[in-house]
Amino acid sequence: MSLLEVEHLRVEFATEDGAVIAVKDVSFTLEAGEILALVGESGCGKSVTAMSIPRLLSGDDLTLGGSVRLNGVDLAALSERQMQEIRGKEISVVFQEPMTSLNPAYTVGHQIGEVLRRHEGLSRRQATARAIDLLELVGIPDPRRRVQSFPHQLSGGMRQRVMIAIAVACQPKVLLADEPTTALDVTVQAGVLDVIQNLRDSLGTAVILITHDLGVVADVADRVVVMYSGRRVEQAPVQAIFSRPQHPYTVGLLGALPARAVTQGGRRRLTEIPGMVPPPTSDPDECQFHSRCPRATSACTLERPPLGEVADGHLVACYHPGPGGHSAR
Amino acid sequence: MGQFILRRSLASLIVLFLASIMVFLGIRALPGDPALVLAGESPDAATIAAIREQFGLDAPLPVQYANYVAQTFQGNLGISTKDRIPVADILVERLPVTLELTSLAILVGLAIGVSAGIASAVRRGRSTDYVATGLGLFGLSVPHFWLGLIAILVFAVKLRVLPASGFVGLGEDPVENVRRMVLPALVLGTGLSAVIMRQTRSALLGQLSADYVRTARSKGLSRSREIRHGLRNSLTTVVTVLGLQLGALISGAVVTEQIFVIPGFGKLTVDAVLSRNYPVIQGAVLVTVTGYVVVNLLVDITYAYLNPRLRLSGASE
Repeated sequence: MSLLEVEHLRVEFATEDGAVIAVKDVSFTLEAGEILALVGESGCGKSVTAMSIPRLLSGDDLTLGGSVRLNGVDLAALSERQMQEIRGKEISVVFQEPMTSLNPAYTVGHQIGEVLRRHEGLSRRQATARAIDLLELVGIPDPRRRVQSFPHQLSGGMRQRVMIAIAVACQPKVLLADEPTTALDVTVQAGVLDVIQNLRDSLGTAVILITHDLGVVADVADRVVVMYSGRRVEQAPVQAIFSRPQHPYTVGLLGALPARAVTQGGRRRLTEIPGMVPPPTSDPDECQFHSRCPRATSACTLERPPLGEVADGHLVACYHPGPGGHSAR
Repeated sequence: MGQFILRRSLASLIVLFLASIMVFLGIRALPGDPALVLAGESPDAATIAAIREQFGLDAPLPVQYANYVAQTFQGNLGISTKDRIPVADILVERLPVTLELTSLAILVGLAIGVSAGIASAVRRGRSTDYVATGLGLFGLSVPHFWLGLIAILVFAVKLRVLPASGFVGLGEDPVENVRRMVLPALVLGTGLSAVIMRQTRSALLGQLSADYVRTARSKGLSRSREIRHGLRNSLTTVVTVLGLQLGALISGAVVTEQIFVIPGFGKLTVDAVLSRNYPVIQGAVLVTVTGYVVVNLLVDITYAYLNPRLRLSGASE
């Protein structure tokens, strides 16, 4: 049994323009101490996938399908009160926007301490002491003074470290990091990733890292799930994704990386993926990528390609898998 | 924070100074001569001149103002032209009554307004929300005098549970005092609670969808804790509105005191205006302005307490 098992997850939002299916039949597992990257462009459903794990999505217009099991326990079957026991303690989240994800009216010490008081029954004084330790753990200098700071007195990188301190305060089994470095300066990004990696190493926390930055993936991830238009299109160990990508979409993403730019007539050139993501309102029985795919054949529009294993632990949903030959354009 | 309070207090002093000039000049610009009013039915020139001299009304305006300020600082607000009682004594007697009435009204306004605002924001689009916003609209539009009369009709005449009017001092009989204050405070607090309810609702609705509330949720906090996170950032709006509503509250107190025959400040002011009682009007308006300025100072300080970013900008300047 894996630590976390996501099976056939489906997330649907009712909107004025009809149902938007943000996540379609996504399954994956997460082992203890593992860093799994969810990769894809904006709107591919990677954040929605992650947020539905601790049931942070809510609203009357939301329909969830499939199951999420933590240590074998189906989270969908828990009451809201039971779920509150899990959030922040077993599963916690680092959000993308450090500027707005902290409450401007409370000190960072209070906001870190709150989760400790909630789950570990600490007193205010004990919680503050632990908050100071946590600030030190995530690499904030002068934590004794900083614990009294308000979010607006900290830089973006510092705030994200505070977010991480909140997330790891109760030593969760699973950490969901939703684009944790996207809003930060490049120079600060590496530091924040280091903190996440160190926590994995020291506490054995499993991490789901949501990102569209393949450089980040190469740095820290153990396994990668590539999502496209709400579906899982490829899944593999990180080395395999970079050395032997199979899905043309993955190949296209890698081609858009500056370090892998194609040399053309003496000039290095980035390749883009032509076309647009299909609207999330429709879900026809075909490969959703076919309209943008250089390898597309008539088979791709007749039936959706199933996920098949091309190598050990390497899954791909494509009729024409293979590492080479992305768009010539 | 200390520096912030100091700067705000200095600004308040300037406002008070300007206000005192306005009050002083404004009353002298009113038509009607107090000396004539005082002199009785058939005044002769000598009597009028004597009255003018006695109250200092014959001196040039700047001199009158200087006298007025000098006397004010000694706690002497002049002598009522009507009954020859020192204005300060009258104010000391009347002020607590109105302070009690407005404080109770503010309590009513906050208690009803904030809780109804929270309820309708949290249960947005459900029946609770519709009932609360509907009642809020009613509370906003209904005038004090009508509400006061209906309240008297229902609670005093039909149900006979509360007295219709009159006032008993808090020191004399606390229970009877509260019994007589319930209706006026409710009537005066209704409009305020409606304004506060609407502001709380919209501010909280905005805050509840903020990212930090999602963070609170991700920490495993209960729904009520989440709401508290949002509320803390909504209260700045509520406090601001309360400060702005103070003017409406004071004028509301004037009407409410008339209806319930409460010998407070509002009634004093109305009576003084009707009898051109300059010293009393001046004293009353001065106290009102001071109250207004002090409350707004408190609002600013509360605001800085609730919103730490403001504290910082205050200190760095």
